[in-house]
Amino acid sequence: MSDQDIGLMAHLMRRAGFGATRDELESRVAKGYEATVEELLSTDDQEELDRIEMMRYHPWTWRPGTLPGMGAAEWLHDLVNTKRPLEEKMTLFWHGIFATGVSKVDHYDDVMDMIVKFRQKGMGDFRELLLAMAQDPALIYWLDNNDNHADAVNENFGRELLELFSMGVGNYTEDDVRDCSRSFTGWTIQPKLPRGPIGRHDWFFEYREEDHDDTEKTFLNHSGNLNGEDIIRFISEDPACARFIARHLYNFFVADEAQVPAWSVTPPRDPEAVDLLANTLMNNGYDMRSTLRVLFNSDFFKNSRYERLKNPTEVVVGTLRLVGGAEFPAPGIGDLSRQPTYMGQDLLNPPSVEGWHTGAEWINSGSLMRRVNFTAELVGDVSRPGIRNMVDRLIAQGDTSPEAVVNSCLDLMGPLEVNSESHVELVGFATEGGDFNWGSEDGIEKCTVRVSELLQLIVSLREYQYA
Amino acid sequence: MTSTKKDPVLVVFQLSGGNDYLNTVIPYADPIYRDARPAVGIPDDRIIKVDDKVGFHPEMGPLKKVYDRGDMAVIHGIGYPKSPRSHFRSMDIWHTCEPLALGTEGWLGRATRDMDPGKENVLTAVSFGSSMFRALTLTGTPVAVVDDLDNYGLLTGISAEEQRSKILDRFSRMYSPAIGSSAVMDYLGQTGLDTLKGADILNKAPGMYSSNVEYPDTSIAKKLKGIAQVHMADFGSRIFYVDHGSFDSHSNQDGMASKLWKDVSEGLDAFLDDLREHDVSDNVAVLMFTEFGRRTADNGSGTDHGAGGGAFMFGDAVNGGMYSEFPSMDPKDLEQGDVVPNYDFRGLYTTILEDWMGLDAKPIVDGSFEKLSIFA
Repeated sequence: MSDQDIGLMAHLMRRAGFGATRDELESRVAKGYEATVEELLSTDDQEELDRIEMMRYHPWTWRPGTLPGMGAAEWLHDLVNTKRPLEEKMTLFWHGIFATGVSKVDHYDDVMDMIVKFRQKGMGDFRELLLAMAQDPALIYWLDNNDNHADAVNENFGRELLELFSMGVGNYTEDDVRDCSRSFTGWTIQPKLPRGPIGRHDWFFEYREEDHDDTEKTFLNHSGNLNGEDIIRFISEDPACARFIARHLYNFFVADEAQVPAWSVTPPRDPEAVDLLANTLMNNGYDMRSTLRVLFNSDFFKNSRYERLKNPTEVVVGTLRLVGGAEFPAPGIGDLSRQPTYMGQDLLNPPSVEGWHTGAEWINSGSLMRRVNFTAELVGDVSRPGIRNMVDRLIAQGDTSPEAVVNSCLDLMGPLEVNSESHVELVGFATEGGDFNWGSEDGIEKCTVRVSELLQLIVSLREYQYA
Repeated sequence: MTSTKKDPVLVVFQLSGGNDYLNTVIPYADPIYRDARPAVGIPDDRIIKVDDKVGFHPEMGPLKKVYDRGDMAVIHGIGYPKSPRSHFRSMDIWHTCEPLALGTEGWLGRATRDMDPGKENVLTAVSFGSSMFRALTLTGTPVAVVDDLDNYGLLTGISAEEQRSKILDRFSRMYSPAIGSSAVMDYLGQTGLDTLKGADILNKAPGMYSSNVEYPDTSIAKKLKGIAQVHMADFGSRIFYVDHGSFDSHSNQDGMASKLWKDVSEGLDAFLDDLREHDVSDNVAVLMFTEFGRRTADNGSGTDHGAGGGAFMFGDAVNGGMYSEFPSMDPKDLEQGDVVPNYDFRGLYTTILEDWMGLDAKPIVDGSFEKLSIFA
């Protein structure tokens, strides 16, 4: 097994999931890269999580209504423990596109219902997902489609459907926005029952024929008595839709792109890659699985190692999976679930319908300190199984010189590629304590502490912020 | 800065969860108050009377003292049109000044940028608490977020001080922008160095501080003490942010509100005393607000989300007294059972930004709003 195989597999698992332990990487390398891609795509073959577990230990995290701060705990537990990492990764992907938040919906349950839909439909036919979103109560309320009436059109949903969910600015006219919105009149939610002290009754989609504008409309040069389903069909027949989703896939899985509002004026980083993904979508009936298969097996993906900054969820979940010990929903999971918030990604509560700005915009002094401190605290905990496993490997390899230990730690933490100046600093730091002497109980204890300090310095590196 | 005049400082104190205005500034002389609140109405003999119309909550004794010396302004009926009665949405409106759209830029983020456009001081805005408030967010504008000043800094999990400083020394060299390989690496490097610099300065504050004022042993008093320490250390911080809660009193309101107001009143009183004792109070003003008031009629043990609320300002420079009109509780004047706001919060922001901070408020609050004579 070559280092190159491990590095490539680690790259795949960081991007298609939330990283993996060295043991898992080695067993995946033994199976092969393409086989691993297939396994990640075949989500139904992997065990589903026991959803009763969280309810049993933390009943207040299950449908927490309007209780601030509880909402994301259940999802965090899923993210850390899922046996279907790509399914959760795609769920996060769609949450960033159909960005809907409790800031307005004011009810975690309805936003969590969207997460469940992303999990169920996020790797299938995008057109089905788009239709499910157009009928999603939280999204309807978020974008005021319940105020979109036959006699008083509200364009909020109609505009964002085109601008942020399917095509992007520049691919439709203002008249298209108007008639798109008219086509979705009557797509609303059932009247809201009075709210209780900490929540309210669930919302359901309702189509009100009497409130639907059934006169002639024209959308993307198609005329007729159009309804919402027609709009979604015409959108998906337009290559702009496939290109838009392809560019999102590239930004999320391959390399940091410009922010979405700039897409109409900034060409893609890699136009050929985006074209390939767009064509795959068009030729496969918008099947996300087929497109992801092409993406993960492509050279542009394999060559994109460390080309994007981790989002806060990747930082938190990735490090938790690396160090282990968070499998059981222990007390404190509420605090864990707020960690991405402290780093700027309040799950279930994106800042606006535009979703989160990504790439370098994740970083500010507060969020960087949060990233460094949170990850350093985790790798500094030598009782974590993942850290113990790293120490055991160092002992088994017989690493004694500071430089060998530094190289092995960088390898086990990624493998992480660092610039030569950082490497000099790491070796300098490790050298301060002399050679690593694993020969006695006392020596192992002391060296373990030194390794944990070295790991803390490694997660503090700028390079660790990249995925 | 060659001027000897001290720069004005703003402390924003957020009461999270929707504080019940009608039980904070109590319209005890209005018979409708008694009728509407058989369960949570505060008995007349416990109310701290301010004038012949209103009185403070029984736990606000320390703040009554501040009021009596003319350092506390009460702003009645503050809010915005079409109150959404949602915690998240309402707080967003206060944070971004965008009542109708979803805003992403915070009003204090904009104020921070206008005060320090060159980003020369990484501590112009300091938030105390475990999260970053949207009021402070603006892409590219640094904000120091401090949850515990005594343990503030990078890699604070490393308890051995010598070892930590060795690691931080390596950290600063590894973050040196000169060795970055791309624009993003350089940006990361600069941010890392800013963070280290801010932490290095901030964590000196507790050591520079001594005081005879004793703060109560509460979480809010600890944060306020942190603000006093940073202010006295004179790092050039202009905006401080702190929150306390939750004031979301749907049930068991009496005990809950009493505890909260006891902690808020005692903590803030100690904070103001501390600043006065050290003769650094004249350039500090405190704004206290909450996202909405609560329903006029109680629900049997608490009150549900409402609309119009109240805000307060404290400080030597504040012209104490009552501002705006107390909103009518007459059932015919209520909307969905709530008192209707009669003063737009953006007017208060404009007052603060222009008359206190000396900034141009229009682009920050996005419009022109009626000011109050709190500082005039």
